[in-house]
Amino acid sequence: MEIAQALEVIWAARWALLAGLGNTILISVLSILMGTALGLVVGLILTYGNPVLRFVVRLYSDFLRGTPVFVLILACFYILSVVDIQLSAYEAGIFALTLFCSSHVGEIVLGALKAIPKGQTEAAKSVGLTFFGTFFSVLLPQALRMILPTWVTTATEIVKASTLLSVIGVVELLLGVQQVIARTFLSLELYFFAGFVFFLLNFAIEKAGRFVERKVAIPS
Amino acid sequence: MSVPVLEITNLHKRFGDVEVLKGIDLTMQRGDVVSLIGSSGSGKTTLLRCVNLLEDYEEGIVAVAGEQIGYRQQNGRRVRLREREIARQRAMTGMTFQHFNLFPHMSAIRNVMLGLVRTRKMPKDEAYATAETWLDRVGMKDRKDHFPGQLSGGQQQRVAIARAIAMNPELMLFDEVTSALDPELVSEVLAVVKGLAADGMTMLLVTHEMQFAHDVSDRVVFMQDGRIGEEGPPDTLFHNPKSERLAAFLKSSKF
Amino acid sequence: MDYDFNFAAVWRNFDLLLSGLGLGLVLALVSIAIGCVIGLFTAFGMLSKHRLLRWAAHGYVSAIRNTPILVLILFTFFALPQLGLRLGKIESFIVTLAVYSGAYLTEVFRSGLVALPPGLREAGLTIGLTELGTKVRITIPIMFRNVLPALGNNFISLFKDTSLAAAIAVPELTFHARKINVETFRVIETWLVASLMYVFACAIIAALLRRVERHLAIPG
Ligand SMILES: Nc1ncnc2c1ncn2[C@@H]1O[C@H](COP(=O)(O)OP(=O)(O)OP(=O)(O)O)[C@@H](O)[C@H]1O
Ligand SMILES: [Mg+2]
Repeated sequence: MEIAQALEVIWAARWALLAGLGNTILISVLSILMGTALGLVVGLILTYGNPVLRFVVRLYSDFLRGTPVFVLILACFYILSVVDIQLSAYEAGIFALTLFCSSHVGEIVLGALKAIPKGQTEAAKSVGLTFFGTFFSVLLPQALRMILPTWVTTATEIVKASTLLSVIGVVELLLGVQQVIARTFLSLELYFFAGFVFFLLNFAIEKAGRFVERKVAIPS
Repeated sequence: MSVPVLEITNLHKRFGDVEVLKGIDLTMQRGDVVSLIGSSGSGKTTLLRCVNLLEDYEEGIVAVAGEQIGYRQQNGRRVRLREREIARQRAMTGMTFQHFNLFPHMSAIRNVMLGLVRTRKMPKDEAYATAETWLDRVGMKDRKDHFPGQLSGGQQQRVAIARAIAMNPELMLFDEVTSALDPELVSEVLAVVKGLAADGMTMLLVTHEMQFAHDVSDRVVFMQDGRIGEEGPPDTLFHNPKSERLAAFLKSSKF
Repeated sequence: MDYDFNFAAVWRNFDLLLSGLGLGLVLALVSIAIGCVIGLFTAFGMLSKHRLLRWAAHGYVSAIRNTPILVLILFTFFALPQLGLRLGKIESFIVTLAVYSGAYLTEVFRSGLVALPPGLREAGLTIGLTELGTKVRITIPIMFRNVLPALGNNFISLFKDTSLAAAIAVPELTFHARKINVETFRVIETWLVASLMYVFACAIIAALLRRVERHLAIPG
């Protein structure tokens, strides 16, 4: 029976596969965190920056969003090495995913901040809040709530995109699985297994996102 | 005579090429209640917003309690004040908006506390007590933990009034407090405003409720195309309008 | 960084890049066409009275959306032959992309259908059309026009996803870029040109789509 055989193979390779899963999670978490931090800056500049800065960041964001994330990963991997920035494939991949994430988060932040009615800023000003006070007490808390669902989707996109690092030799879960396939030729069962693990991962992220959404929802 | 709470001299305001305020002069002493009336587009809202510097103005002087709002003179030129200064000045006036503009992510009491804590640097517990007092005053104490989305329009506007007045401003600005409300909610809000007027609060209000303007004001100002068309005690203005325009306006407002 | 730019090698191979871009567009077009059919059926499945149909539709959408597309591509190409389903690279990729886009388009069509006023169907029935006739002549055409912007966005991201065909050696733009990169070592030039080709292609598609939208918009 091939399924039993596949389960045996998976069990035998459990530590290698777990290490791959660990890498997938680490890559995703790092890229999402750094990408979100950078994305907040991108979004702030797109919303409040002076025209020159805004133009530059607009180009940055449009370029990154117009380029397939796979091309971005390959480009970062190959280019960084010729310009004397010594990054491992692992680091280059995280760098690419961070850039990708930042451009998407930037657009989400811009959209959210623009969607907050002007009256909110005016009301905050009228009780004497400065730009920073207005931003942190009034605009950001509302923007974050608006951003949350799309941000969670972006997070799952990053998890999925992390599989592309397998192509530049980063042993994340997919490449870990492929290494097992190379030894056992059980491609059907093992690719299915890989897909299933990613499914569970993203499903969990989405459920967690919904949970937080409900937690922070404004009563009405 | 003491320093006027509000002194506007020759105020001009443009939006692009369009001059919306064409030289406004207006003085208010402590305790004055002044209503601005006039047809749509005559510049009433813009005037209020200039006093709170939600709009910059190009020419003239707006002074609250003797202090020019938004600008200072330096070598004969006007220089815009720094952000922090302007924020402090804005807190000298309280403003309510046609659409309330409560912060939707904060409960009623946190809405009122925000300016107290952030701008007035009041300790949290003191701010809480102050906010509670004012919410009680506008009849909203029992709803203090409700969020704006859980309140009716009239209730939201009353919280907004509490938010503005808790800052203990020199001057309150009301922009059409009731125009976004369903008819049955109008009176509860107007009652609050009347109560504040009776307490001696200095207030400048824009309203389309002529009866209310008549009852509450010491003076009524009729605005017409960015200028003050006519100004005087409510009885004179409403019952003996000098100009055709005011007479026509009053007639159309069914006063 | 001292790197001497020299675009000559890239220009020499520019026709390859262009043909790769063309192939990517064709792949995306064919896939989205099939994807639309799948998506339409699944969308009706989601809104069906039968619990089993609803279940199957939801399962398909959720499974595909939470699985990395690279895993799907590899699964179709390497694993399905184990089940006796052997497809060429290009056919295999199109199947994957069609099934993949079908899941995303299901969501698009479903929300488009839900957003239609219920009176439309009733109006169709009252003038004597059958349920099917009402769908074909009234509901679907109107829904299509309404979801055109979302459809366009899906097409653009699908086009970017064709870069992944390189993973199974389909000679599209990314595949050629990688080859030129390895053969000429003009790393930065190659990836810069390749990215810009994607960026401009996306921008042009977006502009074209906006024109189509305007053209098809219902007057008034
Ligand atoms: N931000 C702006 N940009 C350009 N024009 C403006 C702006 N705000 C107001 N205006 C114009 O300024 C004029 C005065 O507007 P304002 O809102 O002060 O009138 P109002 O007297 O309050 O009218 P209403 O009774 O309708 O509230 C109007 O012609 C309006 O179109
Ligand atoms: Mg107005």
